[in-house]
Amino acid sequence: MIRGWTAVYLRELFILKRRLAKMVPAWSVTPLLYMIAFGYAVGQHVSVGKHSYLEFLLPGLVAMASMTQAFAIASEINIARFYWHIFDEFQAAPISNLAYVCGEVAAGMTRAFLASGVILVLGALFGVVLSYNLFFWAAFLLNSFLFASLAVGCAMHVKSHADQTLLTNFIITPMAFLGGTFFPLTQMPDWGQKLLGLLPLTHAAKAIRAAAFVEPVNPLDYLLLVGVGLGCFFFAILSVNRAKA
Amino acid sequence: MIKVNGLTKQFGSRAALTGVSFQVGGGEIYAYLGPNGAGKTTTIRILTGLSRRDDGTVLLNGYDIEKNPLQYKAQLGLVPQRTNLDSELSVAENLMIHGRLHHMEGRDIARRTEELLNYMEMSDRRQAIVKDLSGGLKRRLLIARALMHAPKVLFLDEPTVGLDPAIRRSIWGFIKKIQSDGATIFLTTHYIEEAEFLAERVAFLDAGKIVAEDTPDNLTASMGRWAVDYLDDSRLQTAYFRSRDEAGAYVQQRANGCTVRRVNLEDAFISMTGRKIS
Repeated sequence: MIRGWTAVYLRELFILKRRLAKMVPAWSVTPLLYMIAFGYAVGQHVSVGKHSYLEFLLPGLVAMASMTQAFAIASEINIARFYWHIFDEFQAAPISNLAYVCGEVAAGMTRAFLASGVILVLGALFGVVLSYNLFFWAAFLLNSFLFASLAVGCAMHVKSHADQTLLTNFIITPMAFLGGTFFPLTQMPDWGQKLLGLLPLTHAAKAIRAAAFVEPVNPLDYLLLVGVGLGCFFFAILSVNRAKA
Repeated sequence: MIKVNGLTKQFGSRAALTGVSFQVGGGEIYAYLGPNGAGKTTTIRILTGLSRRDDGTVLLNGYDIEKNPLQYKAQLGLVPQRTNLDSELSVAENLMIHGRLHHMEGRDIARRTEELLNYMEMSDRRQAIVKDLSGGLKRRLLIARALMHAPKVLFLDEPTVGLDPAIRRSIWGFIKKIQSDGATIFLTTHYIEEAEFLAERVAFLDAGKIVAEDTPDNLTASMGRWAVDYLDDSRLQTAYFRSRDEAGAYVQQRANGCTVRRVNLEDAFISMTGRKIS
């Protein structure tokens, strides 16, 4: 059932390898600006609990990057679908929808891993080194799996590249800012906290931050990420047939 | 062998295919000839699993596209009308990805890449990036990629569209060579000379229906063998004759501006549909 997924993954890796020299600086710019503007300039004298704002910000940026970069695989899929028509090559091949989705999700997670690695290196350059333990990486992987799966599903439903941009603008960008990445949600009113608690990124940011600070993690955060992630993964598998005219 | 029965496809209120049925025997080149918008690409997309059909059955060497999609797709190779190579990857990488999509082992991929690049006379381009290749080389690579897993049936959707005549002829040579190696070939084209040169049987497709199907000779036989094109009240007309002598005699009766030529598939298509192919 899963045979052939490596071909889909390998193709994305070849493309990534060709573009890596351009992508690493691109991945660095936004987190660098956030660290300088919010972490270093604005947040220099601000602390959140026992931690400096920069320490608070770094796990949030990792959570955000694991979402945005995993979701960015949707744009790659749409370019392959609408401009290069490479999706036809996969559809005419004897591979299952499951294999296709596995390959693309793995590619999205790889992008997220590399982009987050860049953030951790930048953090180290700013003197912020936290604990990157098993719980940290587990939350990271679950979050990137969830958003890569969501990206594949959405990419199969959109009718043009412009639709994809709309999805990013209306779903991903608000979540990136409101999902507990830049500020503690405890500063929000009660109803706001409840509302933002519905976002998977909120739980990912909480779990990643708790792990990075070596604080007790909440198993519910992980369970929620697993549940929503599996839901998105099945949504992606069921959506592949929709892309056929 | 390809067996298609009652294939139907609707796009909104427009019928793209209406009850299309045909069979293609093993090792045969079968051309699907029709004007743009006749339903050629729709047929090939359904036959290769890229589009869904509304009705009808499609079998490839006994495998049903709906019931056994993976076994069905393992039998086929596709050269699409639009180039869908990975332009950022090298020639060898494109072939490798295709091989892996068809579950080939690494050793077989390496051997087959070597064979096909020699076959397509592009061994020196193995590491070239696809976006740097000419249009003709991209077409050859598309054919090489489709042959990578040695498919039993090859679908060619307008394989020489947009290519200059010299490259077109070289592609025809490759297609003949592929057939001589035992593959069944289903070809769509709107080039008359391509269908005449390559196909053993031709189907005329017009407005989503097959209006005739036979060998090129039989399709044109009823028209005669020779045609004379002439101007009548500023409109181009054509008269048909069984022999060149009859055609020559007709030319002598008329004033200047006559052209004598062999009857072709376009003449047969126009006589059946009242429409030109290209």
